[in-house]
Amino acid sequence: MSREEVYEKLNEIFRDVFDDEEICLHDDTTAKDIEDWDSYGHIYLVVAIEKGFDMKITMGETVTLKNVGEMVDLILKRKG
Amino acid sequence: MHSPFAYPFDGEWILKKRKSLKKEFLAMNVPRLSKKIAVLGGSTTHDIIAILELFLLYHGIAPSFYESAYGMYWQEAMFDSQSLTDFEPDLIFIHTSSRNIPSFPSISMSKEEIEALFQEQYQHFRTMWDRLFERYACPIIQNNFELPYYRLMGNQDVWDIHGRGHYIQKLNQSFNEYASSHENFYIHDIHYLSAAFGLHQWADPSYWNMYKYALSFPAIPEFCHSLANIIKSLYGKNKKAFVLDLDNTLWGGVIGDQGPEGIALGPDTPMGEAYREFQSYLKEYSQMGILLNISSKNQEENALAGLNHPDSLLKPEDFIVIKANWEPKDQNLANIAEELNILPESLVFVDDNPAEREIVTRQFPGVSAPNIGDVEQYIRRIDGSGFFEMTSFSEDDKKRSEMYKENALRTKLQHSFSDYTEYLQSLQMTAKIKDFEPLYMNRIVQLTNKSNQFNLTTKRYTLSEMEALAANSEYIRLCGKLEDKFGDNGVVSVIIGKKEKDCLHIELWLMSCRVLKRDMELAMLDKLVEESKKAGIHILYGYYYKTSKNAMVKEFYGSLGFEKIKEEDDETSLWRLFIENYENKNTVIQLVDEREEPYEP
Repeated sequence: MSREEVYEKLNEIFRDVFDDEEICLHDDTTAKDIEDWDSYGHIYLVVAIEKGFDMKITMGETVTLKNVGEMVDLILKRKG
Repeated sequence: MHSPFAYPFDGEWILKKRKSLKKEFLAMNVPRLSKKIAVLGGSTTHDIIAILELFLLYHGIAPSFYESAYGMYWQEAMFDSQSLTDFEPDLIFIHTSSRNIPSFPSISMSKEEIEALFQEQYQHFRTMWDRLFERYACPIIQNNFELPYYRLMGNQDVWDIHGRGHYIQKLNQSFNEYASSHENFYIHDIHYLSAAFGLHQWADPSYWNMYKYALSFPAIPEFCHSLANIIKSLYGKNKKAFVLDLDNTLWGGVIGDQGPEGIALGPDTPMGEAYREFQSYLKEYSQMGILLNISSKNQEENALAGLNHPDSLLKPEDFIVIKANWEPKDQNLANIAEELNILPESLVFVDDNPAEREIVTRQFPGVSAPNIGDVEQYIRRIDGSGFFEMTSFSEDDKKRSEMYKENALRTKLQHSFSDYTEYLQSLQMTAKIKDFEPLYMNRIVQLTNKSNQFNLTTKRYTLSEMEALAANSEYIRLCGKLEDKFGDNGVVSVIIGKKEKDCLHIELWLMSCRVLKRDMELAMLDKLVEESKKAGIHILYGYYYKTSKNAMVKEFYGSLGFEKIKEEDDETSLWRLFIENYENKNTVIQLVDEREEPYEP
């Protein structure tokens, strides 16, 4: 899976979870940039990523992911 | 269209799309029942509420929620939280789990110490339930406990009094005993649910560690589906009957082509065994009062030959209506609903053919037509749906199939009379019409919450509201039972009127549609007038509130001689009757006292 493919799929997941068609992710996107990306929103996101990419994100990873770039890195590490 | 909330649903998809799903529900302009639900949590409840709301909207209930402060279920219940009191809940759900058990038996404890620990833990809950009933008088739904996800003693954990598994089962047993001795108390069985979901997926501790969720996030939709089933059942939204296909649904193969000897049914083949087990499952339901009917594209003699197959557990007499013909299935379904006198949306349509399911649900969006999968999945798919979630079981339920069959006999008799009054007299009807009695309370509440068509105001009551009303001297209440030569119809009509000086305001008047056109409503009015006169009443006021389902009683009061004194734009109307010179109207039903023997001509 290329970085672009991960981005495309991840972007779709974000739009679904936060019900906002205008979300456009980049490496520096953080919770501050997206309305509703609070601690509750974060759980929905992690569960949807696990399902969407068929992978498990550990507790340690969930709490340390700081921005979208790190998320993409993590997905690429597992699925690349 | 297949709803994303119909079982089996994709829980993860629901979680992901929760926001747009909610928008879609709210954009639909359909009448919904508003209910206030207090959620008292021992762990995080934020998203349980969010997803529960979706499942309730799916069932036609519009909830508003009160959420206790995190983990404060007991404190808010015991110390009369002001905000909870102001909320005036219709229902209280207590979301606790094994995470809320502060101490378990340890290996060094004596039998007596463990018993004392258990008593203390049980009393913690019991005093809370008693307190909530006393203060809020509304239904309580309480989770039981899921098994702990680890076993210190391995297999011995289940039977040794020091085992956590053993302790959980003992607590669950004590909850069950409370449930069986208290009306209005319902167990939400997460012990079963967590096992069915997979205990290790359910109890994934990372969700507890990160967010203080007592169950894993992906388990929430399953949890809310199960909880919503109890709630919709309490508010009269259960299904009532099956409409079943035959070929490849009740047996394998096509009987018209293969003949009765060619179909797969019975213990000789794996397929035959699977169909027989499915029949056995349906037969159990018919004994619980769920009506079985058939809609099959077959010649009638072929259909009957299949049901008379020696290995067919379901026989022709187990069904109320059998439609074996070449009509479109949506048409058959409409006819079955009409013959049973129930609404199409009370039906569950079971057919292996997705195209038939599509035709039926396109025509009747309220009908459930589950995707039943392959024969070995039929039971699980239907069972998991919770169509018939039971929250009460009255004597009438047991007899329901019989009553519907008696009705079919009455219809036959009716055709042999030219004069309708003559026919009514031939039924030798006797009625008992009295104030509410404890013995009938369950049935009165059940009937009140599920009658839609012959219902003037469609007011709904919980058991506790009805009990309070039964003890209130400001009301005149009537509960009518009707019997005839074919059998006992049980409680079929309910009236509640509120006294105000010399007037009586009829807040509720309803009747079961299975006794339509039997003059039972006249007997009820005679009795109402009699009781009203005793109470010094001179005027009866009747109200008609229009709903999408009660058009049949729009002019009901007029037909009884009431005069219409007001009609609003929404077709709500107000009616008045002076009773001073009232003459009894019923001539065909004999009234009997409870203690007397029924009338024998």
